[in-house]
Amino acid sequence: MIEAAVIPNSPNEGWELPSRGVVGMVCLIAAEASIFIIFVVAYVFYIGKSVSGPTPKDVLTLPVFTTICLLSSSLTVHAAVSALRQSKRNLCSLWLAATVLLGGIFLAGTGREWYELIYHDGLTIQTNLFGTTFYSLVGLHATHVIVGLIMLMLALVFSLNGAMTHEHSEKLEVLSLYWHFVDAVWVVVFLVVYVLGR
Amino acid sequence: MATQTPVTEVLDLTVEKAPQRRWLEVLHDWVTTVDHKKIGLMYIGYALFFLVVAGFEALLMRVQLAVPNNHFVSPQVFNRLFTMHGTTMVFFVGMPILFGFGNYLIPLMIGARDMAFPRLNAFSFWISAFGGLLLYFSYFGGSGLYGAGSAPDVGWFAYAPLTAQVFSPGHSTDYWTLSLLLTGIGTIGTSLNIVATAICMRCPGMKMSRLPLLVWLYLVTSCMVFVAVSPLTAAQIMLMLDRYLGSHFFDTQAGGSAVLWMHFFWIFGHPEVYILILPAFAFANEIIPVFSRKAIFGYPAMVAASVGIGFISLSVWAHHMFAVGMGPGANTFFVLATMAVSVPTGIKIFNWLATLWGGKIRFTVSMMFAVGFLFQFLIAGLTGIMLSVAPFDWQLTGSYFVVAHFHYVLVGAILFMLFSAFYYWYPKMSGRMLSETMGKWHFWLFLIGFHLTFDFMHVPGLLGMPRRIYTYEADRGWMIWNMVVSSGAIFQTIATLLFVYNMVWSYFKGEVAGADPWDAWTLEWSTTSPPATYNFAKIPSVASRRPLWDLKHPEDPDSHYETTEKPGGEERP
Repeated sequence: MIEAAVIPNSPNEGWELPSRGVVGMVCLIAAEASIFIIFVVAYVFYIGKSVSGPTPKDVLTLPVFTTICLLSSSLTVHAAVSALRQSKRNLCSLWLAATVLLGGIFLAGTGREWYELIYHDGLTIQTNLFGTTFYSLVGLHATHVIVGLIMLMLALVFSLNGAMTHEHSEKLEVLSLYWHFVDAVWVVVFLVVYVLGR
Repeated sequence: MATQTPVTEVLDLTVEKAPQRRWLEVLHDWVTTVDHKKIGLMYIGYALFFLVVAGFEALLMRVQLAVPNNHFVSPQVFNRLFTMHGTTMVFFVGMPILFGFGNYLIPLMIGARDMAFPRLNAFSFWISAFGGLLLYFSYFGGSGLYGAGSAPDVGWFAYAPLTAQVFSPGHSTDYWTLSLLLTGIGTIGTSLNIVATAICMRCPGMKMSRLPLLVWLYLVTSCMVFVAVSPLTAAQIMLMLDRYLGSHFFDTQAGGSAVLWMHFFWIFGHPEVYILILPAFAFANEIIPVFSRKAIFGYPAMVAASVGIGFISLSVWAHHMFAVGMGPGANTFFVLATMAVSVPTGIKIFNWLATLWGGKIRFTVSMMFAVGFLFQFLIAGLTGIMLSVAPFDWQLTGSYFVVAHFHYVLVGAILFMLFSAFYYWYPKMSGRMLSETMGKWHFWLFLIGFHLTFDFMHVPGLLGMPRRIYTYEADRGWMIWNMVVSSGAIFQTIATLLFVYNMVWSYFKGEVAGADPWDAWTLEWSTTSPPATYNFAKIPSVASRRPLWDLKHPEDPDSHYETTEKPGGEERP
């Protein structure tokens, strides 16, 4: 009658495993980082290989203010997670709102920069290799900022209407990992595009 | 030793009523499922469907090449055939079938009730499946319905600038790009899931040092997917930008580089081979010990070798590009890296041999395929080392010798091990044994067909026959060889059809398997066949690498010998 074997079921005390949300996000970051590396390699490979202008030196200016905004949003999202851990929900909402605001400023800065480049300097993705690699690399990063902002805004809404509580702090931490990654990528993009490539 | 829980507490003995269900309900059940076993079976079924499709494409090509000056298919159709055959076999047969087995087995082997992210699992499957349909939709939509459609014809590695809008007008190349992009998303989703499952869902007592080797190898494969498949995704995005928005990544006239595409493609392409072969190794790691009636030889060395293969395989990609002219420095590096990868692979082969050594070997069909795998994989590896020598590669790159080499890996090693896995786990998945008689016919017919085709395919390659030509002249001296190669394809076709028939026949008429037909040692054999939706009524708890051995031999448990942790030393959970 016995169809299946029976495994002894002794309680293994202290059996704790890593959080699957964090492990999953780390994997996603590894995959995303590989995509960015390929785009960065393409950018570096094509520096100075455009057959026509404009060149980066002609048209790019250092986006110092928006960079400061984006990098400091890493601190605010971290503060939001800490606040939620201590069940300070209002404080959490405040820090999340600050993060969304700072990320929004960064995105607006990128939009303004692209507007200038397209309408005043005549640089599009079709113009030359610089245009091709610049818009694709910065655009890929901006896409990630947009995705992050949508998720942060959702978190903000849930925080404001009280749906997000102390027990969700691990989920918010997973989201914050993504946001830190987006910021770290910007450091690389900034160095490659605006410092090394200019 | 823990006290044994009475059977009644572990097994759910309530008899499940199986009322006649409408087919729509069954369909709804499968489409909306998040159960890892059903998703695994869907992956396998989907891959088997495409295996037949892509195998049929191969058969058409072999008919075309059987005799010189043949006009069985036109050159255009031939180009589409090899493109579709390669793309389908790698992305819609190899990857899904391996993920199917992984999905099915990993939670069962680590004593979990499902994957870490069940809904992501379903999403990954359906997006991959959609990718496959999109690729084949190009037969209708490639040039629009009025242009009667056309499949992509740029080859499976789609070298630039052939893929540029000027040289590949119409939408067939776009379908190719989009389908690979979507499958890539699905692949990364499933790999993420496998890593999270293997790390975070283990049952109590299942330390990393007790993880079944199959799970270890899937872990390594999945980690490789993140760094290998993502570059392909990035390259496909660039190609899409080139084709749709007029950017210049691979546009040589605007200063773009065609060689850059080769690098990006092979940064994916070569690790991909290891992504496909590591799960085959994983099956061998489970099957060979069970049919040798011995524990695997050198468990830690096997893990270390797998991780080593994972790392080294990321630095060998440019051995596909020796003929491009990368210069002596780069050539030397990639020659040495490619040769180095054979060291951990050799460790694995020796460990399998040592597992067989002195064992009480049971030659079931599953074991026969596994032994075939061992020898054929060795030969495939040896021709690989020949090709890794740059000057030798200059002579033979783009010839049928290369085609013979990688088919020896993909068919002789991976497909043989997959057949072995089917005979081994089919009883668990369906509750019935596959017919051993039909299985033996399948094995011998396939073995003969395989060697007729792929042993003799090396020769026209050495005689200078280039790959991807649609026909050849009679006076080249390739005639007899191509005839032999094509005749082998017929044996393989018959054997595969027999295998499909065996699976269908055994599902209804096969011998009832019971929970543990092979007297095996890993946790999946402790559940009923097929397992209940919840896998384990109670989460098991293990004390060694072979929990079922401990259970069957309480007087001599493995846990007795595996206490490698020093007292008071650090124990990794």
